[in-house]
Parts: sequence; structure tokens; C-alpha cells
Amino acid sequence: MRHAISVLVDNEAGVLSRVVGLFSGRGFNIESLSVAPTLDPTKSKMVITTDGNDQVIEQIKKQLNKLINVIKVVDYVGKDFVEREMILVKVNARAETRAEALRVADIFRARVVDVSPFSYTLALTGDKDKLQAFVDLLSPMGIIDFIRTGAIIMEREMHGRRKSEE
Amino acid sequence: MIMKKISGACAFLEALRCEGVKHVFGYPGGAVLDIFDAILDAPDIEFILSRHEQGAVHAADGYARASGKVGVCLVTSGPGATNTVTGIATACMDSIPIVVFTGQVSTNLIGNDAFQEADIVGITRPCTKHNYLIKDVADLPRIVKEAFYIASTGRPGPVLVDIPKDVMKSLISFNSPDKVCLEGYSPTYRGHHGQVRRIVSTLLKSRRPVIYAGGGVVHSNASKELTDFARMMRIPVTTTLMGLGVFPAEDPLSLGMLGMHGTYAANMAITETDCLITVGARFDDRVTGKIDEFAPKAKIIHIDIDPTSISKNVQVDLPVVGDCRIVLKDMLGDLEAKTREIQDLRKNIEPWLSRIDTWKKDQPLRYEKSSAIKPQYVIEAIDEIAPDDTIVATEVGQNQMWTAQFYKFSRPRLFLTSGGLGTMGYGFPAAIGAQVAFPGRTVIDIAGDGSIQMNIQELATVVQYNLPVKVMILNNGFLGMVRQWQSLFYKGRYSHTALTISPDFVKLAEAYGAHGLRAREPSEVKDVITEALRIKGPVFVDFVVEPEEDVYPMVPAGAPINNMLLV
Ligand SMILES: Cc1ncc(C[n+]2csc(CCOP(=O)(O)OP(=O)(O)O)c2C)c(N)n1
Repeated sequence: MRHAISVLVDNEAGVLSRVVGLFSGRGFNIESLSVAPTLDPTKSKMVITTDGNDQVIEQIKKQLNKLINVIKVVDYVGKDFVEREMILVKVNARAETRAEALRVADIFRARVVDVSPFSYTLALTGDKDKLQAFVDLLSPMGIIDFIRTGAIIMEREMHGRRKSEE
Repeated sequence: MIMKKISGACAFLEALRCEGVKHVFGYPGGAVLDIFDAILDAPDIEFILSRHEQGAVHAADGYARASGKVGVCLVTSGPGATNTVTGIATACMDSIPIVVFTGQVSTNLIGNDAFQEADIVGITRPCTKHNYLIKDVADLPRIVKEAFYIASTGRPGPVLVDIPKDVMKSLISFNSPDKVCLEGYSPTYRGHHGQVRRIVSTLLKSRRPVIYAGGGVVHSNASKELTDFARMMRIPVTTTLMGLGVFPAEDPLSLGMLGMHGTYAANMAITETDCLITVGARFDDRVTGKIDEFAPKAKIIHIDIDPTSISKNVQVDLPVVGDCRIVLKDMLGDLEAKTREIQDLRKNIEPWLSRIDTWKKDQPLRYEKSSAIKPQYVIEAIDEIAPDDTIVATEVGQNQMWTAQFYKFSRPRLFLTSGGLGTMGYGFPAAIGAQVAFPGRTVIDIAGDGSIQMNIQELATVVQYNLPVKVMILNNGFLGMVRQWQSLFYKGRYSHTALTISPDFVKLAEAYGAHGLRAREPSEVKDVITEALRIKGPVFVDFVVEPEEDVYPMVPAGAPINNMLLV
């Protein structure tokens, strides 16, 4: 099962390498990874999406917690959260596909961020499934290139009241 | 108050003093010249010069295992640093508290492929508990303090601190922080009380309980609690290689070691038990054999300070994260009010104990006598002759397994061996470290003729510091353990395991200025051991033993542990 795990770490040299080394050294899989400093600039937050059965995920979380520079590990499975990734797609846009490409972009509310006589570059944010659907629809037109970020994730506030009052 | 500024090198020594460091093992070089210069003015810190950095790390490790204190090692950058890697990995696998300080090129040169530069922090990241590069001398006191704290608390382990040359030269007004503040590190010592109570009640209901104790019992100094607990309940105890000594080997409840070369009784007891009480052990594959058939009938209880050890290899029914000693004390406390139940358990266990006795009687550890010296006999003779508080290190291979089987350890911290990594060349330098920690005690390294040659240069160290380490070489002319596998599993095709050329160990010892002795006949064994122990200085003893003796019982790799090859 796919898990999105956020890891709060000390924002210092070598920490990313400790986390990534742990995954490769123990044969765990990283599907995507994003990392940046938090509101508190002495800390960074990583979001790692990974795959594994319950026992593997449990080990991943424990092993992450064991790293001295890891402050907090949160697994979002079972939680209510918003997740976003971003994609840039450069799609073929010659006479016959030019209008169609724009139509697809419009349906997904993607933005055109670069135009040439032969191509559009489209930017879209969304969760993994939405991005995949977008790519699937564009691919018959001929995708020239695409690049995608890792997921970022945030727990939702409860409607009407704060989570802490639950 | 205006404080006098001192150099980073002096601050380093001051930081060691704050940690109570009395001994440092190591080797100098360009990047650490400043610290070595400062050491000349620090008579309170004794420096022991090894002859190879690997030897220095193993010595710090042996010092730590024997004394329970943090072992300290200091080497130069580049090759000095990379030479420590095997020693660090050895300590990491066995959870040994050491701190290794490496010199580094100046901060402005880092990343430039400077002379004798190695990214030792990068290299040792996966084999340390934690490591540091000090970039600013202002951080030095804090980092040294954290390094000792991390090494010695929780599940212990090695910490490496890399110190660039310019940091050693920079000036600082030294101020040691009063306490360590690490947001991401707070080991759990006290076990969950509800869980402790569940463990006690499960155990009281069992009929065939066994305790499986490992190195965690040594690290948490829980040997007394474990022994009290086992004797009070009359629960038999088997230990891992790392746990030997935590329960007295001569106690009737002792089953000896379990696993690949464990005793018949221990491996059978594991297979038949209905309640396995695991204390500070980690279900290593050399212990469990085929994992699905390990303790198949048991409710598995696991007490360990490291959450990652729990349910890593074997699914555990009742885990508790905590310090073994504290959890055992809690269990003993919980049992105080349960005298009736304890009585019942002791009664219920009777048939189980007699079954175990039958296993012990039917299949004791044994070997056949012959006209050649049997290596097992040498171990038994050493055990008989050496004083009770003798510290015994081993190398790796058959020598190690025979020591584990035939030497009866009565308490912890007497047996120093590389369990997890299985590092040949560990024993001799580890014995040096133990001898430095306990100058008055007998320290023996039981070696193979292969392993001893991996750190034989340390002969110079024992002679220089007059460390009276006794090295007992079981000289079989082979890389014996590998030969045994070739004999059993590769149709006897001995590929590169015969040591056709070895030095004359007696002459070699003498060439270094140590003593050399030799025994060729069984009748000479005891006299030679007695003589070696009588000599004041370091001694090499060459026992010319049966060349093709095998270690039994043996569980073939990947087989269930009740599937033992017997003598
Ligand atoms: C550094 C290292 N290299 C290789 C091995 C693999 N190995 C395990 S036991 C062994 C043979 C050891 O021979 P010896 O020291 O003569 O001891 P014996 O088994 O004969 O008692 C070898 C090569 C190892 N454990 N460590």
C-alpha cells in the first residue's frame, strides 16, 4: 500500500543523505521525495511517498525515528489530508492537436506557461491521480517532455472546529 | 569573568576531561598534529599508540566492552580515518559505545580532493549511531558532549567526530554545556507498565517457558536481575553469543548458547517452548535459523530498548520497549505479590525441566579424544587454569565458537567477541583494550592462525606498553571455519583455505620482544598454559592442534534450529 510520510528533521548538512541512505541501505523504496525548510528555518520537512506492507512501513517509521536528526515522523494513511504534486508537460501542438491540447488544459485548469509554434508547456498541480489522468489524456498528442515534483501534504482542519478540539 | 582563550586542540582535551576520559587509543598524522602536540602537555590522559588504526578502534571497543565505559580513539584524516571503518562497523553491529575522533583537512579545503582528504562522515554514516563534522570551534564542546551521550545512552553504539585542522587551531573560551539537548533523541527506559503486567501474567500461565537473553542484558547491567528472575521462577536460560556470561554457565538452569552452533538442549527448548522471554536480543539469523520455524509453539515476549529491533525479523506477541534492567525490575516488583502463582508455575514447570535435562544428558557438548591436541580441550584447560575474573577475547571462526561452547563464563563483561560483524583480527587488539582498562587482571585472546595475522602488528603495542596479554593460537593450518563449510557443503573442495605458509609464531613473538611458547602434545597443554600465565609480560602460545576438527552441533544455514548436525 502507498504511504505518504512526513519527516521533520534538523535543517543541517547531511540529514537528507542520512534519510536517503537509510532507505537504500535497508532496501526500502522511495517513490517520491520533496524537502524544504519549514516556518522554523532550523528545521526542514520531508515528504516521502513509499510502498510496502504494514511490517515494512512500521520498520521505515521506526528506523526514521531512530535517526538522531529526525524530530517527528507522521504517516498520513488513515488521516484526512490534502496532497499536491506539480507537473510541467511539454506537449506537441501542431495544427491538428493545437486546439485539443488547450481544451484538455482547460478541463484540468492547467496553465500554459510556455508557447512555441509546435508545442505548449502546461503546468498543473493536483494529487497523483489527477496528474496521471492529465498525462494520459495528453499522451496521444505526443508528449515531448515532462517533469514532476514529489508530493507535499498537509493535514486538514476539521470543519467548523479545530482538530485539537476533537 | 574573562576566560582565557585556548586552541581547539586544547579545548578538545578539555572536553575529554569533562567526560572523564583517562585513555585514548590511536595513531598520529598530519591532520591531527595539533592535538598530538597538546597531548604531550596532558599527562592525565594516557595515549596508547597502536600499530594500525584498526587496532586502535578494536582496542577502544575492547576497553568499552570490558569496563562499560566509553572507549576513545583518535586518528588522522584520509587513510587513518578509512582504516577505522571495520572497527566502527564491528562496534556498531554489537552496540558498543565508542567515540572515534578523526582529523580532517581544513574547512576551506573540504571537497577539493585535498591531500589525505576522505569524506569519513559520509563513509561511516551507515555504520555509526551518529556522526559529526565540526565546522566551527564554538561547537566543539557541545559536539563532544553529545557524542559521548549518544554513544553511551539508549542502545549504545559508535559515534564519529571529524575535526578539521583549522578548527583545532582556532581559539575558543572553553565552556562545557551542562546538559545535552537533542530534540530528536530520547530513548525510552521505562517499559509500559500495563505491558509489563501482561507479560508477567502470560508467563505465569505458561508450562514450558525459556529465557533467551542477549547483549542488551550486558549493556543495561541487568545480569543480576535476570539471574534473580530466572532462579526465582526456575525458568531455563539460553543466551546469544553476545549474552554469554549474563547468566552463570554452571547454573543448572543454564542451557548455554543457542543458534547455529548452539547446544542441542537450547535449540530443542526454543523449538518446544510455549513462552519465549526475549531480553535484549534481536533474532539474528545466526540465532533463528529458518525464521518461520523459530519458536513455532511460543508466545513471544520481547524486551528491548530499540524499537526497531521489535518485530523486525520475528513477529512478537508481547513487546515492551525499555531498558532491560528497569523492565526486569518492574517484573520482579509485579511478582512480589504473586507468591502463590509463582509456586504453581514452579510446580507446573517440573516436567519441562526434566525434559530439558534429558536433552542435556543425551546430547551434551562433546568431542572425540585423539592423539593430537583437540582445540576444545585447550579451551577447557584454559578455563580450568585461568583465574575466575579472566577476560577472554576471541578472534572469529572455529576458535570463537569453541570458546563460546566450552569456556564457562560466570558473569558478563568477561567475553569479548565480534558477534554481529564477525571481524577476524578483532580479538588481539580488543584484549589490549581490556588489559589497559584492567592492568591487574589476566587477559587472554583465543585465536586462529588465520585471524591472528590480521592484526599481528599489535605485538609491538603489547611489548611497548608491557601489556601482559596472552594469545592462545589454535593453530590448525587452515581458515578452519571456512574449511568446515567447504567440507560439509562444497564436497570437500578446499579452495584457498589451507594456510600453507605461516610464520613461526614463537619466533615471531620473540622477534617483537614478547615470549613465545608451543605445545604439540595433549600432555603439554596444561603446563604451557600455566607457564604462559606465570610469565609477567605478553605471550604468544602456539597450540598445534588437530587440523580438520569441526564445530558441532551445527545448524546448516537456512535450516530450522532443531535440525542439527551432531558429532
Ligand atoms: C575480516 C574477515 N575476513 C574474512 C572472514 C571470513 N571468515 C570467517 S571465519 C574464517 C576463518 C578463520 O580462520 P582462523 O582465524 O584460522 O580460525 P579457525 O576457524 O581456524 O579457528 C574466515 C576467513 C571474516 N570473518 N573476517
